[in-house]
Amino acid sequence: MSFFLETLVGGLLAGVMYSLVALGFVLIYKASRVFNFAQGSLLLFAALAFVTLTEHGVNLWLAGLITLALLILIALAIERAVLRPLTGRSDLTLFMATLGLSYVIEGVAQTVMGSDVHALDLGIPDVPMQVGPIQISVFDLTAAAISGVLVLALSLLFSRTRLGVSLRAVADDPLAAQSIGIKLDTVWSVVWAVAGFVGLVAGLLWGSRQGVQFSLSLVVLKALPVLIIGGFTSITGAIVGGLIVGASESLAELYLGPLIGGGLSAWFAYVLALAFLLVRPSGLFGERAIERV
Amino acid sequence: MPSSDGIDTLALVSSRGFVAPVTWRPNWLVLALLAVTFGLVPLVADDYWLNAVLIPFLVLSLAGLGLNLLTGFAGQASLGAGALMSVGAFASYNFLLRAPLLPLPVSLALGGATAAGLGLVFGLPSLRIKGFYLLASTLGAQFFVEWAFTKYEWFSNHASSGSISAPRLALFGCDLSSPLGRYLLTATIVALLTWVAANLVRSQTGRTWTAIRDMDTAAAVIGIPVVGAKLSAFVVSSFILGIAGALWAFTYLGTADAHSFDIDRSFQILFIIIIGGLGSLAGSYIGAAFILVLPIFLDRFALALFGGMIGTGLLENLQKIIFGSLIIFLLAREPRGLAAYLARLSRWLLPRRA
Amino acid sequence: MNFSSLRVRSVAACAGLALAAAFAASPAAAADAPEQFWPLLTYRVGPFAPSGIPIWAGVLDTIRYYNEVKGGIDGVKIVTDECETGWLAEKGVECYERLKGGRTGLPIPFVEPESAPISYALTDKIVADKIPMITINYGRTEATDGSVFKWNFPIILTFYSEASGIINFIAQKEGGFDKLKGKKIATLYNDSAYGRETLAPLALLSKKYGFQDIEIPNPNPGNEQSAQWQQIREIKPDWVFLRGWGIQTPVAIKTAARIGYPVDRIIGDVWSGSEDDVIPAGAAGKGFLAATTNAAGTDFAIHRELKKYILDKGKSDLKDLSRFGTVYYNAGIVHAIVTIEAIRAAHQKFGNRPITGVEGQYGFEHLNIDQKRIEELGVTGLLQPLKLSCSDHEGGGALRIQQWDGQKWTPVSDWIQADRETLRPLIDEKASAYAKEKGVTPRDCSKED
Repeated sequence: MSFFLETLVGGLLAGVMYSLVALGFVLIYKASRVFNFAQGSLLLFAALAFVTLTEHGVNLWLAGLITLALLILIALAIERAVLRPLTGRSDLTLFMATLGLSYVIEGVAQTVMGSDVHALDLGIPDVPMQVGPIQISVFDLTAAAISGVLVLALSLLFSRTRLGVSLRAVADDPLAAQSIGIKLDTVWSVVWAVAGFVGLVAGLLWGSRQGVQFSLSLVVLKALPVLIIGGFTSITGAIVGGLIVGASESLAELYLGPLIGGGLSAWFAYVLALAFLLVRPSGLFGERAIERV
Repeated sequence: MPSSDGIDTLALVSSRGFVAPVTWRPNWLVLALLAVTFGLVPLVADDYWLNAVLIPFLVLSLAGLGLNLLTGFAGQASLGAGALMSVGAFASYNFLLRAPLLPLPVSLALGGATAAGLGLVFGLPSLRIKGFYLLASTLGAQFFVEWAFTKYEWFSNHASSGSISAPRLALFGCDLSSPLGRYLLTATIVALLTWVAANLVRSQTGRTWTAIRDMDTAAAVIGIPVVGAKLSAFVVSSFILGIAGALWAFTYLGTADAHSFDIDRSFQILFIIIIGGLGSLAGSYIGAAFILVLPIFLDRFALALFGGMIGTGLLENLQKIIFGSLIIFLLAREPRGLAAYLARLSRWLLPRRA
Repeated sequence: MNFSSLRVRSVAACAGLALAAAFAASPAAAADAPEQFWPLLTYRVGPFAPSGIPIWAGVLDTIRYYNEVKGGIDGVKIVTDECETGWLAEKGVECYERLKGGRTGLPIPFVEPESAPISYALTDKIVADKIPMITINYGRTEATDGSVFKWNFPIILTFYSEASGIINFIAQKEGGFDKLKGKKIATLYNDSAYGRETLAPLALLSKKYGFQDIEIPNPNPGNEQSAQWQQIREIKPDWVFLRGWGIQTPVAIKTAARIGYPVDRIIGDVWSGSEDDVIPAGAAGKGFLAATTNAAGTDFAIHRELKKYILDKGKSDLKDLSRFGTVYYNAGIVHAIVTIEAIRAAHQKFGNRPITGVEGQYGFEHLNIDQKRIEELGVTGLLQPLKLSCSDHEGGGALRIQQWDGQKWTPVSDWIQADRETLRPLIDEKASAYAKEKGVTPRDCSKED
């Protein structure tokens, strides 16, 4: 029984890491209705930039600030160069554009910062801790705590501040929001900047977990099932979706794996997402889309 | 209001591409291309051109063609092109291996048919989910197929490398394993399937596809059989992709394993049709040529101009940046892709008399 | 259609010229003395670049040393051309086709793709083109049987030999082969063709020695391995054999630490045992073991020479000089030396001149580097004695185990020879299956040797 609990907890905590990545997507989707595939490359860029700076002796916090500033600049550039020319286009077109964008960012990141692997040490120990009958990793717990704080902050941002309310208005109906004087550009820029910050945190935690190198950008492929299950527009959904994906992946690998040969974490999340799609297309917490003819 | 991206404006011009819209007879350009393909090339091309440029160009064009039918013409998003190619390759391999009495074209066709069957299964979710979400289900299929072929050794005849390799390619007793033989085999199959696709898009089926791409709810209202159209798009597209996969394994690389057709391959095929032109048959060819030729061209160009000064790594990254930027640019400014630019160029070069 | 219009003709002419210029063959090197062409298929970008870059540096530095200090190979200087493959099959094929004629049209003496997918793609082409392909420490194990695979050389260590070497090391640590009985040895393998290659030999060896052989697949890319390591925690194996590549290795090490599995019981394979594999794991990597066929470090005669003539003169291919002496850099040195010796073997029969493919095949098949020669070459400790033949294209089959202490790799064992006799029947079986599938008539090695 304790093994089941351990796997469950391990899976849940892995799921939290997925949620972190998904959060960035949710923010951007809420504001601009685009699934930003380039989020993965941005994560890689953030981690690489941070690590390059710290390796050259820059203080940890300063490096973080500089990276954040860089990310915000990039986000603004993306908004101008990619999103504006493509306003009003279909979801698919925007997705394909972000696909192209991810290639550009990866190419630039590798040209400027090289393709070496780097270790990223944030000072968080990655050792197991005994809690009752089960073992939990200190790192995973810290990551979960950080995510919790992040989610809380974001929720407060969106429900209590003026900016947050404006964002929700823009997400609901851009035209109406504009007509009452909300500046779309400002709102979008702020959201992309916040998403950049979330991307930085996610990039640092993932980089710390597995080292900073090229395949860091592949985490984005796990974000899609998380978003489908949780809903593209809900922050809570990103967390819940991540937990569900993480837990079910681990448990499936453990119990189903031996039956069919193992290694099914490659596709299990997607199958789960597909099941959700067929039953509840808008995800657990997403908004129901109204189709217009 | 229907999504106003440039794809819908294709509805009017898409089925025209380069081939004459009015009749089904191939026009002079197509005849010239066929003459070059089957007449000139075999005489002048060397090993390098055949093995490294022309054969992959033909195979990628075919794959692009297949995906274009599904995504460009019928509007069904898919990132599962790699999985379908994979199924075609492995299925053809198994037919060739386990039923050696079947002639080569039959095994290839059966491989394509297996892929088509799988495509039908992938197509079923499209009846309930659309657009962007459909991508997720095709992605899932992509990962699943890759996993299945890695996991179950039966598919690769228990080879320790897990890869399948080209069995003896022979047709009517002639050995086709030389570069020229493989080239002619590929060119014949690609030409044939292109002709089939060209006819399809101009037929009732093709028009139904573009109707559901642009306004599928309205289409259903006016009585167009949406279910049949979607599924037929998946089936035909998957058949072509399956054959492209088999050709990739047998005539181009000579080998394939589950990872030859991974998500990067799916992205590559999608890039081909975006760059070449969604909803344009010629666009599949142009996109494939571009994707194949640009890296080689950059390499040679840099070598000629800068000697060995620019590192190969830098060139590689440069390619990535160029591809990505081009995709963004084309999607924003000219969604009909390079095909549209080429069409404009050809009109400028050879103006029709007033 | 007005074909005679000036616009058409001028544009067509310009386009034609530009295209022709771009694809024109590189100008043939008009050297005074004929030079040996050495093709380099490399990957300097992409996920595996960190592993590749030091290898090419090792090769290029060694070639440069031979050219400038030793006057070439028996007086024949070496000239190289590089082509970026990204480790991918299709790029590898394009590079091969582009380089296979060298600079003068004569077939190159060998090709070393340094990538499993490329090697599979080239398997048939090299036979048709009569160019030997060498795959050092990877590649098809069944190519050891040169009677079927005339042009395929998996030199130094195949995956089967590696599996056996690891088991022999574990037996050493446990106090003898009889102590292996009942022990649990888990293999955490990259779920790909590369990773699966060791499953067959391990199954055979587990029957022979009575240990429990547990297989746990690790799907690509392997950046999340909690489930796999939870399984390991449950099973509590005595040893874990890690068959990783790329990011799997550091993630595995970190995850092991996270669930509390002792890292000094994990043995990585030759492609999981470089500095780049352990540095990202940080402190968790201390004590990690890995197999290697060439030690790390700079305390070798060849390094002293390279430092004196190449590094200190700023002529090294390395951009980051701290990589001098790393595992993959030293691997590059070994690759170059082995190839140079093979070319030398060909010179003995064909004369001191540039070698073509067929002659290269002779050279590799008659490669014989004994301990005395190893000392002459200055690579004692970096290279094991190699003797190839028609029926044995591997030639070596020994490895060493090294341990990471947080700063560098230190050998913790001597050369451990694989149990090649036990594994040979497996290899022969696979080779004949291949021969049957492809319609290859095996050569008669007794006539050739």
